[in-house]
Order: sequence, then C-alpha cells, then structure tokens
Amino acid sequence: MKIAGSGLKKIAGLAGPFVGLILVITIFSLMPEVSDRFLNLANIKSVATQSVIVALCALGMTLIIVSGGIDLSAASNLALSCVLVAYAINLGVPPLLAALVGVAAGGTIGFLNGFLITRLRLVPFIVTLGMMGIARGLAKWVARNQKIDAPLSWLNELMVRTPKPSWLLVSPGIWLMVLFSLVMAVLLRKTVFGRHAFAVGSNELTARLCGVRTDRVKVSVYTISGLLCGLAGVMEFSRLTVGDPTVAMGLELDIIAAVVIGGGSLSGGEGSILGTLVGVFIMAFLRNGCTMMGWPNYFQEIIIGAIIIAAVTLDRLRHRQE
Amino acid sequence: MPEQPLLSLTGISKSFGPNLVLDAVDFELKAGEVQAILGENGAGKSTLIKILSGAYKPDRGRMFISGVEYRPSGPLDGRRQGIAVIYQELNLAPHLTVEENIMLGQEESRLGLVDRKKNLEKIKKVLEFLCHPEISPTIPVRKLSVGARQVVEIARALASQARILVMDEPTSSLSQEDTRRLFEIIRKLRAEGVGIIYISHFLEEVLEIADRFTVLRDGKVVGQGQIKETSVEELIQLMIGRRISELFPRLPHQPGEVILSCSGIKSARMNRPVDLELRRGEILGVAGLVGAGRTEFLRALFGLDRLETGLVVVSGRRFRPYFTSVSIGCGLGMLSEDRQVEGLAVRMNLADNLTLSRLKPYVSSGFLNGRKQKLAASSWIEKINIKARSPEQKVWTLSGGNQQKVALARLLHQEAEVFLLDEPTRGIDVMSKAQIYELMGRLAADNKAVIFVSSYLPELLGVADRIAVFHRGQLVEVRPAASWTEASLMRAAITGREGDPVISGERP
Repeated sequence: MKIAGSGLKKIAGLAGPFVGLILVITIFSLMPEVSDRFLNLANIKSVATQSVIVALCALGMTLIIVSGGIDLSAASNLALSCVLVAYAINLGVPPLLAALVGVAAGGTIGFLNGFLITRLRLVPFIVTLGMMGIARGLAKWVARNQKIDAPLSWLNELMVRTPKPSWLLVSPGIWLMVLFSLVMAVLLRKTVFGRHAFAVGSNELTARLCGVRTDRVKVSVYTISGLLCGLAGVMEFSRLTVGDPTVAMGLELDIIAAVVIGGGSLSGGEGSILGTLVGVFIMAFLRNGCTMMGWPNYFQEIIIGAIIIAAVTLDRLRHRQE
Repeated sequence: MPEQPLLSLTGISKSFGPNLVLDAVDFELKAGEVQAILGENGAGKSTLIKILSGAYKPDRGRMFISGVEYRPSGPLDGRRQGIAVIYQELNLAPHLTVEENIMLGQEESRLGLVDRKKNLEKIKKVLEFLCHPEISPTIPVRKLSVGARQVVEIARALASQARILVMDEPTSSLSQEDTRRLFEIIRKLRAEGVGIIYISHFLEEVLEIADRFTVLRDGKVVGQGQIKETSVEELIQLMIGRRISELFPRLPHQPGEVILSCSGIKSARMNRPVDLELRRGEILGVAGLVGAGRTEFLRALFGLDRLETGLVVVSGRRFRPYFTSVSIGCGLGMLSEDRQVEGLAVRMNLADNLTLSRLKPYVSSGFLNGRKQKLAASSWIEKINIKARSPEQKVWTLSGGNQQKVALARLLHQEAEVFLLDEPTRGIDVMSKAQIYELMGRLAADNKAVIFVSSYLPELLGVADRIAVFHRGQLVEVRPAASWTEASLMRAAITGREGDPVISGERP
C-alpha cells in the first residue's frame, strides 16, 4: 500500500508534462488540415532530429538546475563549438578530431563557469551572463564575423533524416541523444555524484555539513554541461555544414524553458531527465505543428510563453498538495 | 497624585502550540524612565517585545498607552502609535542614505514630491539632539560603523515621534566608547520624557543605566523593583530561580584516553584561540550567552568557518579543519543549531538526509543502490524512534523533535566518534528532549565523546561531565560540572570572570 502510494506519486509527478505533450500531439493530429501529415513516421523523425540540439544542451542544463544553478551561456557555448569544428576541418584536421575540439571547447567554457562561480563566489546568473557574451564574441572572432564554409565530411551525416547504414533507422544524432539521456539519467539518479548534486541544489549548507565538497560538485556540474553544449555544437555544424557564429541566438532560454516545463525548479533540488525530454518535445511538436498549420511565428511564441507559465503554476500547485 | 503610566500591560499571555511563552505578564513604564527587562534565553523577552511592537498579538491581556487602549494591527501600526523597537540586528537598508533611512515611510512631501529641504532640517535637528551632528545625512548607511548605525535607528524612532523606545541588546556589538555615548543619548531621551525599555544580558550595564527592572522567568514576572536597591547577585538569583530539578537520565560512563585535542583554534569570528582536550566517554558542556562564540568554536573545529590558526588531532590523526569531508573522515560529526536553514535539506526525503554524509555503504561499482539506502534509513527510523510514515517522506513534513532525530541519526549513521552538538534540544518537545539526553549518555557509555552547546543551564549541569564557558568570543573557563552551579555559570557567562563556586548557595 505504502509502496504503491509512493509509486503513484512519482507517476503523478511526471504526469503534468506528459499530459501536456499528449495534449499537444492530440490537438494537432485532430486538426483536419494537418492530421495526415502530423502523426506520420517521417514527421516524427524530423521533429526528433530537430530536437537533438536543444535536448543535448537541456540534459546538461537539468544537471545545473538540479544543483541550484543556471547557465545562460549554453547557446553561445554551442555556437563557439560549432565555429571551432568548421575552423578545424578547414585547417585539415580529421573530422573526428575536429569534433573533439568542439566538445573540448564546450567543456572548457563550462569549467570556467564553474571555476568562476566557486572561486569568485558570484551567483551563476552573473558569471554565465558574462560568459554568454565572451563565448559568443570568441565565436565571432574565430569566424571573423562570418560563416565558415567547410568541406563536407561524414560529420555532416550525423543529422540527416535517412541515415547511411539504413539499419540505424534514425539519424546518429538521435541515437546520441538517447545514449546521453540514459547516461545523464543514471548519473543523476544512480550515482553518489548525482545525489550530491541534488543535495547542493536542495540546501548547500546541509551538503557542506555532510562533507559534500560543494565546490567540486559545482565545477563538475558546469563542466559536464559544457561538454554536452560542445557536442550540441558539433551537431549544429553537422546540420548547417558551416560554422555560423550567430547560430542559436537566444536558444538558452528555450533550453531553460524545457527543463522548467519538465519539472525542474529554478531554486534547485528538483528536476529529471525524463521530464526535461518531455519539455523539449512539447516545444518541438508545438513548433512543428504551428509551422504545418501555417500559423505565424509570433503565434508559436505566445503559446510557448503561456505553456511555460502554466507548467510552473501547475508544478507549484502539485507541491502545495504534497 | 498617582501619575498615569506611559505604558501599561495587564495579564498578557501568549502561547505557541502547547508552549505557554508568556503567562499573565503585568508591566508598567513611566514617562522619563529606563526600565530593564531581564531574563535568561527563552524566558519570554523577545516574545514580549514582539507583542509590544505589534508583530504578535497576545492571546489574552490588554495594553494601554497613556491610558488609551493600544491594540496594534501590525508593526507599522505600533510604530505609528508611538512604540519604536530597535532590534539586535539593525533594520536599516544598507544602500540607502542616512536621510532616506530615517525618513523611510515618513517622508515630508509636497504634491507627491519629496521635500528634501524639510527632511534635511528635521534630520539635522534630530542628529544634533543625539550629539551626533557629524553623521552626514547623504552617505549610504553601509559606510557607517555599527555604533553610528544605531544612532541612525534611534534618530528614525525620534523622527517618528516615538514616545516609547524598546532597545533589544543595544550594546552587544558596540565598543566601550560607543556604549558610553549610547548611554548619554539614553539619559538625554529620558530627560525629554521618553520611556525606554532596555533589554540586555550585561547586568553591569543595566545597573548603570536603568531606573527599574522586571525579571521574567519561564514567561512569568518573578521580580520587579528599583535598580538602586538591587545587586547583580539578586538579579541572577531571580533570573535562574529555584527550579524543580528535572530528571536527567545518567548512564554510568568513565572518561578514557584523549580522543580530541585542539590547539589554537581560531576563526575570524572568534576573539581568541581556543585550546581544549576531550576524552572518550566524556560529555563536555559549553555554556555562554547567545553570540559568545560557542557556535563559532564548533564551526571552526569542524571546518565550516575558515581557520586563521589552529590544529586538531582526532584519534591520533592531525589535521587543519578545512574540508568537512576530512573532518567527517576523522570521526567528527556536527549537529547544526539551525535545523531549517543548515542542519537539514528539508525539501529532500528522510533517507537522503540521513545517509548523505556516508553514502559509501550503498555504492557498488559506482552505482548507488537506492533500495539499500532506504532499508538502512528504515532501520534507523525504528532504532531511534522517529515518527515517520516512510523513509521517502520529505523532512519538512516532520515535527521539530523528529527532524532533530533525523539530524542526530545522520551522525550515528556516519559512525562519528566525536559528536559536536549545537543546541540539540532547542525548540523540541519534552519527550524528545529526554530521548536526546539519554542518547548522549549512551554515546559516552559507548566510549564516544560529546561536545554539547546549550543555553539552558539545568540541562548542561544535568548531562555534562565538564562545562566550558564562553564570553564575548573567547573561552573563559573549563571545570568539572560538579563544581559549577547555575549561579556561577551565569555569572561567568555574563561577566566573563571566573565563577567562584563558594558563593553558590547564598541567598540575597
């Protein structure tokens, strides 16, 4: 009885975002104008592919938000990585190495975020706000303020809708998203590090009292998140086939929104990978559906804005009942 | 002709849940009088102030200002009706200027625009009256010294035409010079007919500045009188009273070899380095007033506050406290005085809170076994009698006593050898208190060691083997508990001079 109760509560905890996702999908599949195109496999594949980049960043952002932080530099970090990959390929670096350069650059920016937050004792909002500008500026500098064209390589096949070895079924990017979601979910729920991240976000003073090296946890959290943003940058390059320093402007807010819609709390200590993925897909299906309907861009923006507010309100209400 | 008192309280009672904090308190303050309210921590002084200010409503009883019934709807209303409270932690907006702070909420204005000239005139007059014309109205308050900030607070009260001024521990963070100047101001205000309620632990200051006194104990008025006719001794006797001795279960235990020794421990928040030794099977009580440096000592010892000097040896392992993980690894365990803010992550569940300081037993090849963790938590819930539905219950839903047991269970679970307990019985019910006393005794009997900080003297005397006293940021004295009495502890805590065990039995 007890166990069933707690299990039910867990399901109820995720129900909010899931209901939202199902609602969005149901509404569009009932629209006569798009019903036949919306729910077919090709469209779902394309939505999933479009979600890869936001999802990768949102996985890291979930970790950061769980630990009580925020990262405004995520999208700039992604752009820097994207530009560096193109730059490296142009220099004749093998594609795999170029991709690693992008990921490492992301990790470095993330590490710097964590280092500055813990050393200077500044709030994450300020440090990452600064880093948002720095990373974006670096990206533009490297690219000399224009797009970097790069010769095509196998890197550009990571995000195609019909993958080369057809037994993959979906693009390698989607597989990467699935793989890292699993890794992050396990990291968050099944390791001491994950538990420490929750503890730091829930009450940093308590964590310190219990011997958690809070600074080390924070630096790791930002570094991991940075690595994922770097990987997202590689995916962005793969999709665009160029290094564009102005890519993903303002995407950090979409990323944060996905985490929050999925049940993450900006005051820390709460959030889940599954919830975040649902949040990502709610936004992706909504964009996709609106575009298919031919609704203007501003309409999507209004709906997504309303959903963010509604999601957090519902979350509050659920907590009050607990 | 009997003059009308400026303020009078009759039969004021207040309880929080089952705790009766104020019990039919009668009190009178005349115009042009300084009256001290005295009492131990928890005697009900702060509650009385909050009722006066309007922050709390009394359950029973009435209040009158100059014969007119005073029933404030809130602190703002209380202030409007002439009662200004100057709290221990000053309530100024640090970024605003002296002028803005003084006039906040009572700005002179014309057509919605602040009339600065009029404001400045008013402030200049007030500051001159307070003998502090050198305080510039245009500088931000954060640039002022603590003493000057207090003057600004008083100026604010005066600018609002307060007739009754309540000062809560006004000298606790003042230098001697600032204290002297504050007393001049108080005398001047008294001459102007302002009634002043003065709350302080420093009895010698009270003897110097107050005209009359009221002593509270356990929420009751136990003594009132003229300051001229009393002495420090009598006031102490009144404050501690003759309590029915409570039952402190004592398990037999014998001090063994030294388990902890600290030398020259000092953080920035302590005044002098502390040297101390603790034996296995020993309970060391730590007494002192709030803010005397007891908590700061424990925090420094545990590595929560950065050390300036000092070394700690626990069971032969020598280290300089910095990482709490190292302290815990060496066998120290700390219970924070503030459960809600620091001690527990109240939004996390019981199992996580209980096991956070030692997750190792539940890890195999890198993965945390949540089931095992919950099972372990369940067994602790049973072992120390925590009233909870399941290990997954969120900690904030537990009662105070049960929360404290979770925090204590954490130390037991991490297999601490030396328990640093900061006010472990604060704010919990009597049953849980008795269980915590018993637990301490059992720890000592098991050859562990306990440092037990408390503001409640009977429990220190009842539970501890030795008692150390802190005063104004330094350790004054350590002696076997049997050679202390409540009176001598109180005296040492208040005056910082070593208590003399001989006078203990005397009656004034």
